[in-house]
Amino acid sequence: MKNIDSKGHVRGESIYLDDIPVQIGTLHGEIFDAPCAHGKIKNVDYSQAEQFPGVVRIITFKDIPGENQIGGIIPDEPLFAEDEVHFWGMPVALIIATSEFIARQAKKLIKIDIEELDCIVDPKEAREKGSLIFPPRTFKIGDVDSVWEACEHVFEGEADSEGQEHLYIETQGAYAFQMENGNIRIASSTQGPTAVQRTAARVLGVGMHKIEVDVTRLGGGFGGKEDQATSWAVMAALGAHLLKRPVKIVLHRMDDMCMTGKRHPYRSDFKIGLSKDFKIKAYQVTFHQNAGAAADLSPAVMERTLFHATNSYHIPNVTATAYSCKTHLPPNTAFRGFGGPQGMFVIESAIAKAAHELGIDASRIQERNLLKDGDELPYGQVMEHALARKTWATAHKKFQLEAKRTDIADFNQKNKYIKKGLAIQPVCFGISFTNTSMNNARALVHIYSDGSVGVSTGAVEMGQGVNTKMLQVAANAFSIAPEKVKLETTNTTRVANTSPSAASATADLNGKALQIACDKLLTRLKETAANMVGAEVSSIELQDEQVYCNNKPAGIKWEKLIQTAFLERVCLTENGHYATPVIHFDKTKEKGHPFAYHVYGTAILVVTVDCIRGIYTFDSVEIVHDFGKSMNETIDLGQIEGGLVQGMGWMTMEELKYNSNGKLLSNALSTYKIPDIYSVPKEIKVEALETEGHEMAIRKSKAVGEPPLMYGLGAYFAIQNAVKAFNPNYQPKYHAPFTPEKVLLGLYEKVNVSVSGI
Amino acid sequence: MVTIEGLNMEQLTPVQQAFVDTGGTQCGFCTVGFIMSLSGYCLSAGSATLEEGISAIDGNICRCTGYKSIERATGIIVSKLSRKDDKHPIDWLIREGFIPGYFAGIPERLIALQVASQNPNGRADRLPKVGGGTDVYVQRPDDLVTSDIHPFFDLTDLKSIFLDKNICYVGAGATATDLLESDVFNSMFPNLRKHLKLISSTQIRNMGTIAGNLVNASPIGDLTAFFLALNATLTINKPTGEVRKLPLKEFYLAYRKVDLKENEAVEMLEFHLPDENTFFNFEKVSKRTYLDIASVNTAIRLAVINDNIEVIDVSAGGVFATPLYLEKTCAFLKGKQLSSESVSAAAEILDSEISPISDIRGSKEYKRLLLRQLFFAHFIELFPQKNLKWRRLYEKY
Repeated sequence: MKNIDSKGHVRGESIYLDDIPVQIGTLHGEIFDAPCAHGKIKNVDYSQAEQFPGVVRIITFKDIPGENQIGGIIPDEPLFAEDEVHFWGMPVALIIATSEFIARQAKKLIKIDIEELDCIVDPKEAREKGSLIFPPRTFKIGDVDSVWEACEHVFEGEADSEGQEHLYIETQGAYAFQMENGNIRIASSTQGPTAVQRTAARVLGVGMHKIEVDVTRLGGGFGGKEDQATSWAVMAALGAHLLKRPVKIVLHRMDDMCMTGKRHPYRSDFKIGLSKDFKIKAYQVTFHQNAGAAADLSPAVMERTLFHATNSYHIPNVTATAYSCKTHLPPNTAFRGFGGPQGMFVIESAIAKAAHELGIDASRIQERNLLKDGDELPYGQVMEHALARKTWATAHKKFQLEAKRTDIADFNQKNKYIKKGLAIQPVCFGISFTNTSMNNARALVHIYSDGSVGVSTGAVEMGQGVNTKMLQVAANAFSIAPEKVKLETTNTTRVANTSPSAASATADLNGKALQIACDKLLTRLKETAANMVGAEVSSIELQDEQVYCNNKPAGIKWEKLIQTAFLERVCLTENGHYATPVIHFDKTKEKGHPFAYHVYGTAILVVTVDCIRGIYTFDSVEIVHDFGKSMNETIDLGQIEGGLVQGMGWMTMEELKYNSNGKLLSNALSTYKIPDIYSVPKEIKVEALETEGHEMAIRKSKAVGEPPLMYGLGAYFAIQNAVKAFNPNYQPKYHAPFTPEKVLLGLYEKVNVSVSGI
Repeated sequence: MVTIEGLNMEQLTPVQQAFVDTGGTQCGFCTVGFIMSLSGYCLSAGSATLEEGISAIDGNICRCTGYKSIERATGIIVSKLSRKDDKHPIDWLIREGFIPGYFAGIPERLIALQVASQNPNGRADRLPKVGGGTDVYVQRPDDLVTSDIHPFFDLTDLKSIFLDKNICYVGAGATATDLLESDVFNSMFPNLRKHLKLISSTQIRNMGTIAGNLVNASPIGDLTAFFLALNATLTINKPTGEVRKLPLKEFYLAYRKVDLKENEAVEMLEFHLPDENTFFNFEKVSKRTYLDIASVNTAIRLAVINDNIEVIDVSAGGVFATPLYLEKTCAFLKGKQLSSESVSAAAEILDSEISPISDIRGSKEYKRLLLRQLFFAHFIELFPQKNLKWRRLYEKY
């Protein structure tokens, strides 16, 4: 089934935040933000801006009726700065004017007097100075210290990865309306409608029931609108609440890039010990997460880094410690993979370093240590249905790895200025929110008296195709045509207390809830049908929009059944609630079974490096991926391709640069480059692993949002292998992204003797 | 201007349908841009190729799909276009449902528009002049909303490209696309397509003017580097109506400062035609190979007779406060034998002529190394038959 939204998309008729018809009297908000990363506000002079024609009001923390607090996990983040600013771009005030343009002009008239204070941008420096968001955590299995001596090989090193801007094409935005009795309705481009509702209520000092949040769809999210859509929505609500007029805020791109947090940069130290036959005996890693100026989702992101510290590998002795370091960057936040990619980059770097020192191919170490059933992960979950080895072996065979290696060696032998590099990237990613209590969802289903169906869930459509999958669940449950089902907007008054659309788990959680609601309705409808034909309920089935009795058509169409049920006063509305079973995690012991299941895959990446210019192109990425039993192959393939390219972007060209004063330098699309149509691999092949799927996945179709991003890690190591092929003196470094600058400097590092091949 | 609303019909167009079928839309926010670009490509003359189809949409950025589904959609459209009726392409496109029927009347409506909006004396007024605005609108969007400006990108008399004796003249309003479509340029520069593809995107190449690129005075302007190496001369129109001529290499005074007085305007540039002994090459490296601003760019023109360098002009961008004409490097190589020794020695002089700074586009060490590499790349590209000799270039480092 095609994506149900695609027809509206190609006609430009889909509704995004900025397409909502503007009500008469609507005001526009513009954020006045901190012009330095850390400082004491001595005075802000709003007088000129306030007098600018068209400016209605300038709102600061003093105007907040409730709490000036938006921190979700830890209450450490004000909506508006009070006496100090903690990052460049931190909101100080909201200018509300009759037009966006006027508000922007007025912004230039505000004068702020700030005493600049010392600023920290480096997480290791923050740790040294004791600047942490919360205490460090350690995941531990076995005892590394007792094993080092017994290891044949021990290597130590550093591995750093930089941040990543989400660059959703639709920038952040919200539109708030004052309703009757002081109620507020917020249209928001958020992945977390409930987070917006909860925070708006807190800031406005009202009950959550006074706030309704409605989301039609997002023009991309990728985690950037999980927690960070909240500020703007709350500001709009605050404006509407204070002024009794609709207030709309849509961020300009450069403001969006400056004011919002990104993927966390990490700086890490590792130590890896191997046996003679390359079995990893011990792994010790210390992560320094650059959390930015406030917690935001950093505690959860850091937790997932620890969960994925060993990626697809079984290591019997592991000590993984993580520090969430408080710096003066914007609060960093969720981004597809949620800390997992950062953790995996370090183990892959450790393996690459060991391989380099040993003069072998990294894949020999990777393959030797892949997870299998019965292996225990550092956090206590014991692997079941492990497919790491199967995806590896399938990729090896299907994509003729040996022939590929021979071809590349041959090519590198023959070519002087061009070198190819290959890397293999296995991925194992856990599915569930690591915060167990968030793994629940609800769905509301109405069957209307004409047989059409309305479905509401807590899932937010942001391009991942969850609406289509939900529609498939409902249409399939009732065995009716998809045209009979409508997916409603995501709205807090219809489905309450939702978890954000995140953690790749949206389709699983909401789909299962929807399935439960549909099944309950189905049970009642079968009873009605059984009465109609005078048969046992157990003999009734609904198929192809009609009633079957003992596998024969009973001459009752779906519409007739619904009409009868309606007239007989059968309830045609149902609510489904799903809470993922089995999972649990004890934070005091750092042990448990946090994931419903894992998703596996193996990618083979081949790159060509132009050794004169230091630029590169990817020839191919070939993937064997564990979809389970995909319920929508087109959508799932799109997730793999898109996730892969996003991960490759992070590892190659996407370079976030802050200066030492904490100012973002790569603050526009002209300076922050995401992949364009030419920079993606010439060929992406995706093969589905043959499996039975997993019972805890919706219709056995495994979660697919985040796992493919981590195939992109291989891009770093493929490039590195090509650089090594050109320059034998190159000393591998593990600091992503591998920009053309790093490539060229690597190619000509210490080249004072003759260069092989030229 | 046709927007998506002007394309929508009751049925999806083949372009729209292809995006639906391949999953070329995810969040959908960028989709309309792709649909319009690819539909626009369908209207262009000549037979369709996948490469050109991709090129037509390359200025659009998508964050969701990884582009593969969009490539597949483009492939479907290109194969459909192979049946296009070359004699009556618009009728064919209308018949096949690519575009609504009113497109048949667009040429007439355009002519009517031109007559209505012609401003014969546009250049004489005192308003700030904006060419394509492709950079100015990005840098100062709010200012341009409130300012009166005089847009002149579409003045046809400023777009002409012609030869007179052994000189090529290019109007200030010509765009990169105009160069690309010019027979004159294609005959002079066999690798023109490859070189210009490195410059921005199709949409920007359609809009941005050459004079805009030169006057903008970015140290990293791509066309600036291109024309500096051609040792081009500017014709500058004074407010009195007189003109003055100025070599492009003397135009740049300091960072973002050019020799252009108030109310003067660049009208044209000219350069001597290359002959059969003249070679030209353009090199550019940026973080992202396409659709990006260079870390370093450079162009070279050299005439070689019997391995002797008779004429040489080399430019470099991103390594100095202004676009740079490498005076000393050129002086050194002029009259020298073309050999790895002379090029290698020239690279050292080149190194002394530049003073790159570290910024978002790279560290100064990187830019220094990169320019040296691209300088070598010129010779490797232009004289591949001398392959073995270049080995020694690298040994020096």
